[in-house]
Amino acid sequence: MSALALIRSGTPQGAQPFERFVLTAEAWAELPAALLAEPALALLGMWAEPGVVHAGFLDEESGAILFASAPAEGGRYAALSPARPGAIRFERAIRDLWALVAHGAVDDRPWLDHGRWGIAGPMSGNPAPRPGAEPPQPEFLPVEGEGIHVIPVGPIHAGVIEPGHFRFHIQGECVVRLEARLGYKHKGTLSLMLGKTVRAAAAFAARLSGDSTVAHGWAFAAAAEAALGVEPPPRAVALRAAMAELERIHNHLNDWGFVCNDAAFAFPHARCGFLREGVLRACAAAFGHRLMMDRVLPGGVALDIAPGGGEAILAALAAVEQDIPSLLRIYDSHASLQDRVVGTGFLDPGHARRFAAGGFVGRGSGRRFDARIAPGYAPYDLLAPAMAVEAGGDVDARVRVRIAELRGSIVLVRRLLMALPEGPTLAPLPARAGEGAALVEGFRGECLHWLRLDDGGLIRAVFLRDPSWLQWPLLEAAIEGNIVADFPLCNKSFNCSYSGVDL
Amino acid sequence: MLWPRLVRALVGRPLTDQAAAAPQDTVVALGERMAASARVRLGRSLSIREVDSGSCNGCELEVNALANVAYDLERFGLRFVASPRHADVLLVTGPACRNMTEALQRALDCTPEPRWVVAAGDCAVDGGVFKGSYAVEGGVGAVLPVDLLIPGCPPSPAQLLEGLLALIEAEAAPGQK
Repeated sequence: MSALALIRSGTPQGAQPFERFVLTAEAWAELPAALLAEPALALLGMWAEPGVVHAGFLDEESGAILFASAPAEGGRYAALSPARPGAIRFERAIRDLWALVAHGAVDDRPWLDHGRWGIAGPMSGNPAPRPGAEPPQPEFLPVEGEGIHVIPVGPIHAGVIEPGHFRFHIQGECVVRLEARLGYKHKGTLSLMLGKTVRAAAAFAARLSGDSTVAHGWAFAAAAEAALGVEPPPRAVALRAAMAELERIHNHLNDWGFVCNDAAFAFPHARCGFLREGVLRACAAAFGHRLMMDRVLPGGVALDIAPGGGEAILAALAAVEQDIPSLLRIYDSHASLQDRVVGTGFLDPGHARRFAAGGFVGRGSGRRFDARIAPGYAPYDLLAPAMAVEAGGDVDARVRVRIAELRGSIVLVRRLLMALPEGPTLAPLPARAGEGAALVEGFRGECLHWLRLDDGGLIRAVFLRDPSWLQWPLLEAAIEGNIVADFPLCNKSFNCSYSGVDL
Repeated sequence: MLWPRLVRALVGRPLTDQAAAAPQDTVVALGERMAASARVRLGRSLSIREVDSGSCNGCELEVNALANVAYDLERFGLRFVASPRHADVLLVTGPACRNMTEALQRALDCTPEPRWVVAAGDCAVDGGVFKGSYAVEGGVGAVLPVDLLIPGCPPSPAQLLEGLLALIEAEAAPGQK
């Protein structure tokens, strides 16, 4: 039986708009082999509840999204990592949070649990106390060869960035292997959301990754609305999209500048920083918050756009649009900069496909996926945004995807503000049971949120999957064979979220 | 072309905003904590080591924005440094995640005296929305001795600047002790 048919043979649960099928443990155990035979079924994520494991899939041929679940009998389930390398970190996280063991897993080392919480399996429903134990030393994958030496970096880095540990094995100047150890920012976000109403829990989705606060807020709101059968008002949908595109614009400007800066070319950084500041101030004028945090709520948006806010946004975007051609000429015409970005940090398109990497990481290596286009959602079904794809796979390709999206997003914001529907901006929410999911394209890729509500409308189970889960492992592949000095450049071109995956 | 633009930038008006004044009561309170010897050694400039102890990265975006040309942090004698060993101020963002407590403590141990710890953002102030999690100690004050709190989610660059300028002003103010 094909993997797709195997999943669909399970019991449907009535989840909206993407169905979830509950499989028997035996049927789940057949999944790894079936997945190996069916490379077009991409793994989007894995998570758990006490005694149950879940996985999300995307059928790349039809664009269909579906979920599979199975009981973890005796706290064990069949690992998917032998068939999908993207499953490795999810399986490690599931063991740390829900104390469920993936049988036959490629990697069974701890991931989020550094042995410092005082308990083991905090979300297992029955956490085991672990008082005062000495935190174990992390184990890193070994490297063999002559003249290998190790550079440990972090968790605190030299720049103003998030904490994480990078273990470089190098030979001469070249990186032989990079392994990231994350989890330093684990805040127990998912456990704090349980038992709350979706309105109260939205604050956690908005703080999963601050740079994607609109995208995650929207994905969470859309999942909650799907679970409750609520349609957000058209004006709120248009305002959400305008905010999401503004978020894409300010982050892409930031990344473009920082990539140049990491190649010691400061002018684009200064210029992009100034243009971005203009966009953020316009966002503050229009929506009352520079990053537009807590502006998207389940049921709609918290505030309508302020009078004069639209004009402020259009003026800021006009300044950005006017500067892009000359910035691009400067980016293109300096050999010292091109020498650093072209050919650096090459990500094999095969790897991008195998991990189902989204955003500029996937599209920079030829993977044609943008959640706004397929599976698609309102209002993009009417706006029909263009997909920016590059084949190069290097730092330069990822920058060029961003520049193309910058231009596209400016056009989208203009069209959205020009034809803003009239009417209310927030719909009331019923308190009832339901299950929903949503996929929303943030600046760094698709944000997948899933939740299940009990009869009182309180959250019983939830998972927020940042796109970085499927991008971080690829950074380790892309840096291989590059010189250590190019790591900041590669890292910034990926710009994965630490907080987003540390949960 | 880059060169003509650089020349125009050199002779043109700066893009940088006017500076905001630091709140006077904060200045007085901080001044009391600064010994005269510290003032002599620091001379109206502060080196800042930013440490993220578990933020959502919203605070990092705004701290980074402080260095853009509109805010131009360095004109006040404030600059970000790469190591706590070069720092006078640890600017800490995020709740104190348990997975970061050892790193935070080590960063403080590496920071030479006289030093100040600034907790920036609602999470750093008291844990924010993450208060009460099994993975969080609480605010930064649960792990490090905090001298100045800058609330906000995230604090805007203007609010951050106001707080940091208060530190500088306190250094310049006559001794209170």
